[in-house]
Amino acid sequence: MELLEIFASAGIWGAVLRIATPLIFGTLGALVCERAGVLNLGIEGIMTFGAMIGWLTVFSGGDLWVGLLAAAAFGALFGLLHAGMTVTLGLSQHVTGLGITLFASSLSYFIFRLVVPLASSPPTIEPFQPLVIPVLSTLPFFGDALFNQTAPTYLAILLAAILAYVLFRTPLGLAVRMTGENPHGAEAQGVNPIAIRIGAVMVGSALMAIGGAFLTLSAFNSFFPTMVQGRGWVCIALVVFASWRPGRALLGALLFALFDAYQLRLQAVLGKAVPYQLFLMVPYVLSIIALIVMARRARVPQALMQPYRRGER
Amino acid sequence: MTAHPVLRLSGITKRFGTTLANDAISIDLAPGEVLALLGENGAGKTTLMSILFGHYTPDAGTVEVAGAQLPPGKPRAAIRAGVGMVHQHFSLAANLTVLDNVMTGTESLWQLKSSTSKARRELLSIAERFGLKVNPDTRVGDLSVGEQQRVEILKALYNDAKILILDEPTAVLTNIEAETLFATLRVMAQNGLSLIFISHKLNEVMAAADRVVVLRGGKVVAERLAAATSRAELAELMVGRRVARPVREAATSGPILLEAINLDVGRRLSGINFAVRAGETLGIIGVSGNGQTALGHLVSGLVQHSGGELRLFDHAVNQTSVRALIEAGIGRIPEDRNAEGAIGEMAIWENAVLERIWEFSRHGLVDRRAARQFAAQIIEGFDVRGGTPDSRTRLLSGGNMQKLILGRNLQSRPRILIAAQPTRGLDEGAIAAVHTRILEARRAGTGVLLISEDLDEVVSLADRIQAIVKGRLSPPVPAEQADARMLGLMMAGDWPQDGTLAHAS
Repeated sequence: MELLEIFASAGIWGAVLRIATPLIFGTLGALVCERAGVLNLGIEGIMTFGAMIGWLTVFSGGDLWVGLLAAAAFGALFGLLHAGMTVTLGLSQHVTGLGITLFASSLSYFIFRLVVPLASSPPTIEPFQPLVIPVLSTLPFFGDALFNQTAPTYLAILLAAILAYVLFRTPLGLAVRMTGENPHGAEAQGVNPIAIRIGAVMVGSALMAIGGAFLTLSAFNSFFPTMVQGRGWVCIALVVFASWRPGRALLGALLFALFDAYQLRLQAVLGKAVPYQLFLMVPYVLSIIALIVMARRARVPQALMQPYRRGER
Repeated sequence: MTAHPVLRLSGITKRFGTTLANDAISIDLAPGEVLALLGENGAGKTTLMSILFGHYTPDAGTVEVAGAQLPPGKPRAAIRAGVGMVHQHFSLAANLTVLDNVMTGTESLWQLKSSTSKARRELLSIAERFGLKVNPDTRVGDLSVGEQQRVEILKALYNDAKILILDEPTAVLTNIEAETLFATLRVMAQNGLSLIFISHKLNEVMAAADRVVVLRGGKVVAERLAAATSRAELAELMVGRRVARPVREAATSGPILLEAINLDVGRRLSGINFAVRAGETLGIIGVSGNGQTALGHLVSGLVQHSGGELRLFDHAVNQTSVRALIEAGIGRIPEDRNAEGAIGEMAIWENAVLERIWEFSRHGLVDRRAARQFAAQIIEGFDVRGGTPDSRTRLLSGGNMQKLILGRNLQSRPRILIAAQPTRGLDEGAIAAVHTRILEARRAGTGVLLISEDLDEVVSLADRIQAIVKGRLSPPVPAEQADARMLGLMMAGDWPQDGTLAHAS
């Protein structure tokens, strides 16, 4: 019963929150884009660039929060690039997104190498420290499990709530949802779907980049080019899993993180008997199963991936 | 009009390329009036309303609402001036609730909270006042088409519309829904709203409008008070003239080749009856979107009938396939030549043989030489200009592409020819060529099923005429008896139930 005892340790729950944080940012970012009707496959590259630029800012003497802001700003810029091609020019969202992933990933490595020549071990920075919350952090078990995180993790969870509020309780959110469902209808009601889409893609991409920056500024303390490791693609799948709802996106990210944290510990328990690559597979296999169950009931934004051109139906 | 008009269109002119869609149109609308804009497809009705609503900018002319001129090409300005439009294709989001749909764009985007409960109260009170029952929290996609239209109307009313424009509002409705709609329009007019509805259906124009403006060829040809006109007069005004007598020569028809008995295709065609005889042309008229596509697909083997009986050469057919029908001797001219008739990027010879590729294969390979020869024969025999067998089909003009399609079908002397909208978008010369070929095929004993929106075409080619309306077929009338009035009535779905049309008036 060693396999179940893993869940009884506080450590795994702390790890879940840590692993989930970049996924929460990334998923919410992709969700904002898709709610407005734009698929953003640039996510993998934008996260990589966010990780790099966040790290670089702090490495050159900036504050950790300035690092996060820099990541957000550059993320928004990549978002503007994506929106310019897919919204203004109406090009294929798939192709543009993949292009941005390749471009941003390569550019990250290029800039990194300009600053840091090949070294045996990459230079490090002083990352975010766990935020000590009076009383809560000292609770037995729960203190270690839930209240021993860095500030960006709490920010990610708060963000899910804020986004849910904006999407479902404000006129702006309604305009975004309408644009993702029927941009012609939005236009007929006096909403400018082009502006909404550009804005949503920029905000969404900024969130993705923050997710990437969490990796270098909190989870680790240095940058290496392959560190995003497909997290962006997981986020794209999590949006579907979440049926385009921020609350469920949070849940989905936590669930995936739980699988991941579990497999890491499973390696320690069973690692001698089974090749570790099999364990690496576990979260993905479970995600696919969860997707099959959830996604069939998902309500896709009706205008997702359809370029909007004024006057055309 | 003694009352001061709420809306005045003066001298509206709009040109698309070389076609004059609207030619100096002037219309006034009085408060509380229901005005019908009657005209055939392409008469310029929708263009005119799009200009009024600011979707298009007119080349000349002005729109005045309550005495103030609207800036051209600005939907937002039209909405603010109190013009609401209910589009034929609704601009709703199926995944959002009724309230969401109605509220979109009505509040400042940067407001921190939507005033949802206030909006819900307001929506319910409007719904109450106009008798438009609706649950604000239902997802729009779960509503019936009639209810969705109600949401569209509510949207306009919520935006304080004083003038409501409905573009072919009954096109998507069942009869009962349509009656409910007209009752609603009455209530709205009594509440002081002014309404314009666009239509080509005589009965609803007569039933619901105070005044009728008839458009033809982009011009206002007549204006009548509904109380002082008749369906028959309107039919003739809309169609324009007594349709010219046919140019085809008399012929005696042979046995029935293709017959439908009480046939259904899903919900798109219901209980249709028709018979195509050898050496005869059966013409199906009707405004597009009434089931012509389903009918064309049915007899081409693309869809299966779900009820009734389809008889081919006096045998009942249960399962059809494209290949089986082609091999049985059915030639087809599809209604959309670019989408279904030919593949633009492929060579002419490839398009010539694609339908019957099995006749041009040997040992599983395409017999290119035979195929090129076949294509050359068509080009020669049917006067296809602008290409060799190896040039890309996209480079042909519409008329030449149509001749290619005709040629590949007629070359092998089909027993039945299905011609769906065979001259749509063609110029006069090409139309004449296509008509000549169809008449030739008929003379040679082919049974022709001609599906067309063009009345002149049907009258000049067909021996008998049926109208298709909402997936139902009228009884046939001999072309000799068909005049503009009767055809107008048939296309409006106005035929007696006992199967006789001879003395319809």
